Amino acid sequence: MSVAGGQVAGEVVTGEAPAEEEASRAPLKRRDNRAWWLVLPVVLSVAFTAVIPLMTVVNFSVQDVFSPVDRVFVGLEWFQSISRDPEVRAALVRTLLFSAQVLLLEIPLGVALAVVMPRRGAWVSVALVLVALPLLIPWNVVGTIWQIFARGDIGLGGWTINNVLGINFNYTLDPADAWITVLVMDVWHWTPLVALLAYAGLRSIPEPYFQAAQIDAASAWATFRHIQLPRLRGVLTIAILLRFMDSFMIYTEPFVVTGGGPGNATSFLSILLSKIAVGQFDVGPAAAFSLLYFLIVQVFCYVFFTVLTRSGR
Amino acid sequence: MADIRLEGVAHSYDGGRTWAVKPMTWTWRGSRAYALLGPSGCGKTTLLNIISGLITPTEGRIYFDDRDVTGVPTAGRNIAQVFQFPVLYEEMSVYDNLAFPLRNRKVARQEVDRRVREVSRLLGLEGVLGRRSRRLDPGRQQIVSLGRGLVRSEVAAVLLDEPLTVVDPALKWTLRSKLKEIHRDTGHTLVYVTHDQTEALTFADEVVVLKDGAIVQAGEPAELFLSPAHEFVGHFIGSPGMNMLPAEVVDGVVRVEACEVGAAALPAGPVRIGVRPEFVRITQERVSPGVPARVAGIDRMGAYDLVHALVGEHRVTVKTEAGAPCLPDTVEFLHFPAEHAFLFRDEVRCGALAPLNGRGQA
Repeated sequence: MSVAGGQVAGEVVTGEAPAEEEASRAPLKRRDNRAWWLVLPVVLSVAFTAVIPLMTVVNFSVQDVFSPVDRVFVGLEWFQSISRDPEVRAALVRTLLFSAQVLLLEIPLGVALAVVMPRRGAWVSVALVLVALPLLIPWNVVGTIWQIFARGDIGLGGWTINNVLGINFNYTLDPADAWITVLVMDVWHWTPLVALLAYAGLRSIPEPYFQAAQIDAASAWATFRHIQLPRLRGVLTIAILLRFMDSFMIYTEPFVVTGGGPGNATSFLSILLSKIAVGQFDVGPAAAFSLLYFLIVQVFCYVFFTVLTRSGR
Repeated sequence: MADIRLEGVAHSYDGGRTWAVKPMTWTWRGSRAYALLGPSGCGKTTLLNIISGLITPTEGRIYFDDRDVTGVPTAGRNIAQVFQFPVLYEEMSVYDNLAFPLRNRKVARQEVDRRVREVSRLLGLEGVLGRRSRRLDPGRQQIVSLGRGLVRSEVAAVLLDEPLTVVDPALKWTLRSKLKEIHRDTGHTLVYVTHDQTEALTFADEVVVLKDGAIVQAGEPAELFLSPAHEFVGHFIGSPGMNMLPAEVVDGVVRVEACEVGAAALPAGPVRIGVRPEFVRITQERVSPGVPARVAGIDRMGAYDLVHALVGEHRVTVKTEAGAPCLPDTVEFLHFPAEHAFLFRDEVRCGALAPLNGRGQA
């Protein structure tokens, strides 16, 4: 695409499709490639910040690095060992389960929140600010808030569960409690994003649709099911993609709250990866791990996107 | 088929500073086809939404026969409404769209099927019943919306808010005559909102002309054409609209410039003579009482000619037979036949131009 764009930018417009070789030969003479210079800054900055670092990772993933001057080419060995590593596999299952739960909770909750948010009047801004608040808090602060909030001794939430509800709750000892804490924290932090996207989607529905629903004596549920939900398809596709990617790559909050524990209970892929890369400084396996991780995210996003957009036709 | 009675109904969107609909008392009689005609922003849609209950009027009460429905929500009023742009349940099939209003009202399955098939036959939708409604072109989508408005057999009225705006012109005519046909068959009360006079005049038993939130005249198409009660009706209906010529009443005699054109039993003061281009007669000789006018131009329209004449500063259009023998820049005389020339004061009709009968002639 950028090739065509570059040529068009530098030429006198001829109205010919560049795909037709024969037809565009004559106009080609009048073209020049100066427009490429305009793209150069972007190419350079993307290369510097994304392509070259990624290639470095690719480079590490096929070598065993002992020191900066002492390295051995090992082919796909790291990929094999990482993909067979039971710890990595357990983390992958854990992360997938976490993402699935996040989507199942946050998408319906966010839509429900958007539906009940006021559509007009002074309360609109109040509701928007209140809902958006969690989104404005930095990740590690969210982690810290919940780390304290969920504690049984000094945290309001943890203390209430233990002493008012009488349920024994301790996220530092009980794997299930730790999982629930991280999950609820993510729901608290990110449902607002889904809600805001859905709210924007709902606001874009023209008034006559709701009027027609009234005329047709549609119930509130039928109105939601047949008018609001179909028109949320676009924003929900985006919400699902964003929430999947984000939850699949979650790192900071569980790192702050549980540090991946107790045991490996909340040790998601990203936490395991950073343990290998930064903790053990095994750059070869870590690089292979990263690339596989990246690939999984891409595949899932592609599948989600294809399924969601196809189902709309 | 109830009568829908508005009593002192008025609506303001801004707490009473301006009125979208000014206090009006009016009855839509059962089983008639009405056209609600007026320019954009005159309150047509507001009035429609008041009838259907989408808007609760700021003032006044609404009755369906003797039942006060002012506070009754839309679903309880048994009104069907079709909007200006297609409003569809997009992921449903055409069939399900048409069935939706019936299913919500717990109509028996066989009856739903019978009604849907009947309406789709009337509107030519049989071939697309299984299609997903959003895949249709906008014109067809609007026909489906129309079908949803017509599918319920027991409605107090069907309200149509400029329903043919998105339908292409060729289909417009077909659909309009279909609507008339359906109206004849079903006897629904129809209120058809439009700003297009042709649409209004060809469609309706009775045309209600709305201006600035008030009804200025209501009547049969011929009545509005032949006997407009308000300058606006004169302008708005007819093509070209009615001529309005400033004049003066002095001692019961109507004068244009210095010419006496007729008599009127009116107090002295300025009036405007309203006469349709179809009824102005233009002659080369002065047939008394005639007003001299300079011919400014002639539009040859094929079937007829439009002669544009200037009386002083004021333009008067005359519709003549094709091949009018007028030439630009010649002086001709205009005659206003008494039975078709009306006098307006403050935009409202206050009388007709009567023959002079020898009075006050110079």
